[in-house]
Order: sequence, then C-alpha cells, then structure tokens
Amino acid sequence: MSLNWFKFASPATFYPLAGKMIPWFAWSAALLAVVGLYMGLVVAPTDFQQGDAYRIIFIHVPTAWMSMFLYVVMAIWSALALGFNTRLSAMMAQAIAPTGALMTFIALWTGAFWGRPTWGTYWAWDARMTSELILLFLYLGVIALRHAIDDPRRADRACGVLTLTGVVNIPVIYFSVHWWNSLHQGSSVSLTKAPAMAAIMLTGMLIMSLAAWFYAIAASLARVRIIMIERERGAAWIGELTEVRNA
Amino acid sequence: MSTFFAMNGYGFYIWSAYGAAALVLVIEILALRARRKSVLEEARLAGPEEAGNPAEAAG
Repeated sequence: MSLNWFKFASPATFYPLAGKMIPWFAWSAALLAVVGLYMGLVVAPTDFQQGDAYRIIFIHVPTAWMSMFLYVVMAIWSALALGFNTRLSAMMAQAIAPTGALMTFIALWTGAFWGRPTWGTYWAWDARMTSELILLFLYLGVIALRHAIDDPRRADRACGVLTLTGVVNIPVIYFSVHWWNSLHQGSSVSLTKAPAMAAIMLTGMLIMSLAAWFYAIAASLARVRIIMIERERGAAWIGELTEVRNA
Repeated sequence: MSTFFAMNGYGFYIWSAYGAAALVLVIEILALRARRKSVLEEARLAGPEEAGNPAEAAG
C-alpha cells in the first residue's frame, strides 16, 4: 500500500472524501436498522424472565457501547491534535462530541425505561448509571468549553485536555458492575465466554450495534464538513466549492 | 397489530424508549442540515477575497 494517509490530513482533501463516504454509511445504517428492528421487535421471542421489556436491549446496549467508544475515539483525535497540532484531528474530536452526547443520552433514557419495569425504578445512584451520567456531563462540558473560547486553536487545546482527563471515566463505566454492587447486570456478551442470550437476540443486537456505528460515522463526518467550512471560511478551497458558490 | 404495540403490557416502556431514540436522531439530522445550510451561506458571503486569518487557513 503506497497510499499517502497524510494527504487526507488536510481539510481540503478530506472534505470531498468525507462527502463521498457519508451516503454509504448513512444508507447502510438505515438498512441495518430496519433489519435489526425487525429482528428485535418482531422475530425475537419474548424473554421468559423479563417478558417483552427486554426488547429495549436492541437500542440500549448499542447506544451504550457507542457512548463509550465514541469518547475513546474523540480522545484519540484529541491526543493527536495536542501532540501534532493537526487541524483535522481537532476538528474530528469537535465533530464527535455532539453525537457522543446523544448516544449517551439515549443509553441513559432507554436504561430508565428498562429499569422501571424490571427493577421497579427509573433511576438509582448506582455505579454504572452514575458513571454513565458523568460521561454525558463530560460530553456536554467539552461542547460548552468549545463555545466559551473564541479562538478555535485555543479551544482545541482546552477541549483536548478536558477530553483526555475524562478518559479515566471510561474504565470506571466498563468495570463498574464488577467493582461495586450494582443494580445493573454484568454484560451479556463477552469475548471470552459464550453469550448469555439466545442467538436471534444476539444477532439483532449486533446488527443494531453496527447500525449505530455507521450512523455515528455518517453524523460525525457530516458535522466535520460543517466545521471545516465554518473554521476555514475565507480559504481559497472553500470559495471554490460549488455548494458554497450556489448557497 | 394492536397486540404488537401492546407488547404484552410493556408497550409504554418500549415505545417511550424507542420513540425518544428516534426523535433524538431525527433532531440531530435536521440540526445538521440546517447548520450546513447556514454555514454554506456564511462562507459564500465571506468569500475568498476577505480571507480572515491566513495562519488558520495555512496551518
């Protein structure tokens, strides 16, 4: 492979590439979501313990995974931006934060509506839930900090430092069900053990996870393109874009 | 059909969860579209002539 990846580190070359990738990820996400929802809501049988309440798993687990995964990706871009002072990395970190916050919100919200019928409560100050709520505040904090600083390069550095500090929360969320007594169950899917759920449920959940993944990529790429135009406005390559000239 | 939506009594919880998730995603997509539109317009108005900060553009 003689592909020069650094070429894509420039917003002017990444902008059109991202534009080509967005429809593929968006349509794959939509298609996978249709299949996953059909499997989850129609095909999968009623759980013998939880009844149909368990069907919330098909959005709860994928969005909860994404909430943590997106934070790690955001932290990696932040570290690259801080280490190499690259504009695109900082813009990627900036673009991921709102989608990460939304995923975290959905995970918390669906968890509440799953907790009520199965545990008898919408919310408990339990280790897993509290650390996931802290994750939401970290995302919102990074977004707020960005808006509070006028100079984008300074905002990049401040948000980068905050993001990297918040990474400690990720293993806390992940291991919280083992470290503390928790209402929340342990994971049903593990790399080392056979999954503790029926194959059809597992398949539906994995398809929904892939859909969430592709959706997050499409949304982040769409947002990074907006951020590029916003931050590079006035640069020659922006003025040459047909969508800018026809706006 | 109504038995499907009833979800054996768990309909309220299931559709509250799924409905909110769908709503949030729709809001994100619409917000992205609206922001893209306004940002493109601003970029056209800014134009390449009055380039703001050359360091930012070259960096």
